[in-house]
Amino acid sequence: MDFFVLMLAIPLASGALLTVVGERDWAPNLNIVASLGTFLAAAGLTMEIVASGPRFAFGEQFFIDSLNVFFVALTAFVGLTTSIFSGPYMRNEAEHGRLSKPRLRLYKSMYQIFMFTMLAALTTNNLGILWVAMEAATLTTVLLVSLYRTPASLEAAWKYFILCGVGIAQALFGTILLYFAAERVLGESGNALLWTHLIDVKGQLEPTIMALSFIFLLVGYGTKVGLAPLHNWLPDAHAEGPTPVSAVLSGLLLNVALYAILRCKVLADGAIAGDFAGRLMIGFGLFTLLVAAFFLSRQKDVKRMFAYSSIEHMGLITFAFGMGGPVANFAGLLHMTMHSLTKSAIFFAVGHATQKTGTQLMENIRGLIRINPLIGWGLMLGTLAILGMPPFGVFASEFMILTHAMKHYPWATPVLLLGLGVAFAAIFGKVQPMVFGETEARRLPHAPAITPVFLHLGLVLMLGLYIPPYLARWFQEAARMLG
Amino acid sequence: MSASIPFSAQLINLFAAVILLLAFAMLAQRRLPQLINLFALQGGALCLATLVAAVTTGQVHLYYSAGLTLALKVLLLPWILHRLVRQLKVKGEVEALINIPTTMLVGIVLVMVAFNVALPISELSHTITRGTLGIALAVVMLAFLMMITRQKAITQVVGFLSMENGLFLAATSATYGMPMVVELGIALDVLVGVIILGVFFFQIRDQFDSLDIRHMEKLKDN
Repeated sequence: MDFFVLMLAIPLASGALLTVVGERDWAPNLNIVASLGTFLAAAGLTMEIVASGPRFAFGEQFFIDSLNVFFVALTAFVGLTTSIFSGPYMRNEAEHGRLSKPRLRLYKSMYQIFMFTMLAALTTNNLGILWVAMEAATLTTVLLVSLYRTPASLEAAWKYFILCGVGIAQALFGTILLYFAAERVLGESGNALLWTHLIDVKGQLEPTIMALSFIFLLVGYGTKVGLAPLHNWLPDAHAEGPTPVSAVLSGLLLNVALYAILRCKVLADGAIAGDFAGRLMIGFGLFTLLVAAFFLSRQKDVKRMFAYSSIEHMGLITFAFGMGGPVANFAGLLHMTMHSLTKSAIFFAVGHATQKTGTQLMENIRGLIRINPLIGWGLMLGTLAILGMPPFGVFASEFMILTHAMKHYPWATPVLLLGLGVAFAAIFGKVQPMVFGETEARRLPHAPAITPVFLHLGLVLMLGLYIPPYLARWFQEAARMLG
Repeated sequence: MSASIPFSAQLINLFAAVILLLAFAMLAQRRLPQLINLFALQGGALCLATLVAAVTTGQVHLYYSAGLTLALKVLLLPWILHRLVRQLKVKGEVEALINIPTTMLVGIVLVMVAFNVALPISELSHTITRGTLGIALAVVMLAFLMMITRQKAITQVVGFLSMENGLFLAATSATYGMPMVVELGIALDVLVGVIILGVFFFQIRDQFDSLDIRHMEKLKDN
């Protein structure tokens, strides 16, 4: 069987299966096995693409090249580790009486369907289907954010639905305009929304329409990326949803939304003279970075704080892709990888820490290093990594972005440094007493899964010290495709 | 000018104008059941506009699109919404945050903005329905305004669906509709979305004893 078909079929089928069988003792393991199957299929697909180049699937409806296979591999990997993490985490939540059996069932089936929608969004060649899959990803996560059914989580889910719904409606308008521009060149066939066809004629697309279309697409998908000033849903959804959901929202969904923007940017760049799309992204990116950095210091809830940190990093990545060119694109892709791995590791550690202490308020979380040294160190190292301390990989990518900005956009450098500096002071000052400090401990009924935390941090550390040549080639290939 | 526009194009423009008028009517409507009826009417006008475009151009997939609109926007969604209103026993009055006349004035400004934005694009279009692109954008913006100014959760959803109507009108007017597979996908998303929201409304009501979103302003940065 084809790796690609397997990769999409496994999460979809297991999502359905988990709904049917309900909450059994082995259901969490089924969730892990399904994620492992998806990951293996994605790994197989990656090797196939690396070995024999881009390919189509289902006619021309799906297209996998070195750019999106990279996101596919990352998504499937974090999907797997998150499912491992969520096993004991969700059992503990159920033990604490926060979740009933039907909700655990809902969580697992929605988790698998969420993975399916993200993988479909990443691999589709049709920009219309991309929109449909992004909207479906929103819908599946709305119910996950409100899983605890507390007033705060319902409010967060409602905000998430309405803001992202409005945002994604703007993206649909952008897609319609794009189709309108494409139809004038490609004719009224179903091919006019296929990316591989659009890229061939990108120079002939009408610039006025493409400019307007890109604005709508950037604002629309940008809402899901968490670009300021459209980021309001993100901290609420991250703070009120279960921690595994925060990890996949932050580590994966934001990437997928950014990927959608990147695909559209390549088309807009081809059609519009000058650097219109890049400048828009630079502006949005810098603004987002600054807004998030200054909000960071005001946070009291630990998950909220790291949600703002995600917004900050998304701003930085958007800025990097806005600069464009092989170096900045390479740095952007590297930073996306590093951020996904590090941020999900942090959320895993934070999840266990909040379960141990029974609160998300940072002032009440103290002395993690005494309660459980592994969780304490995991959180501390993850925080150092996300703040861009060497030798972790985030340092490498941030350094590349900064030096590239100094060379080509010197005016942006002070803004970048200010944002990163403020974020450093805010996060480090708050995490330090959480890890070191006095506290009374409490035992959890199910031993937490620490492996994913250190697996991710180990990868980030390795990539900070040494990027294997095949991975570097792969990044370069993908960066070249982005122009 | 008017003599050169074919009859079918005039018909589509008429239906588009009706959709815009209904968008204003929804903005002014205070009562929830009537609001849902207006939404169904808007869907009906959209369906007719698509049908006229289908007959004129002979494009088969536009017939499907019109059928989809009829089934979903005119029949199924209003039925689900009416049921929800009955089951949830929502009080009839819709409280607006800003008073209605002010909202209408803001709406007029939005329509002018929308027409100005759409002008350069409409000139490039060769479809018989190109004049309606500005109207479609105006409908999207009015629906957006409705979502901002209303407090009941259901009203916000009606606004959201009305926005979808505007987007479909844009797709029909600029390009004779999106490819079939995309339109089906969008329709599926909208339907699943409304069903999920239906579930969600009951959760909100159980928690807050009301569907008023004023209760949902607790999450703030401080």
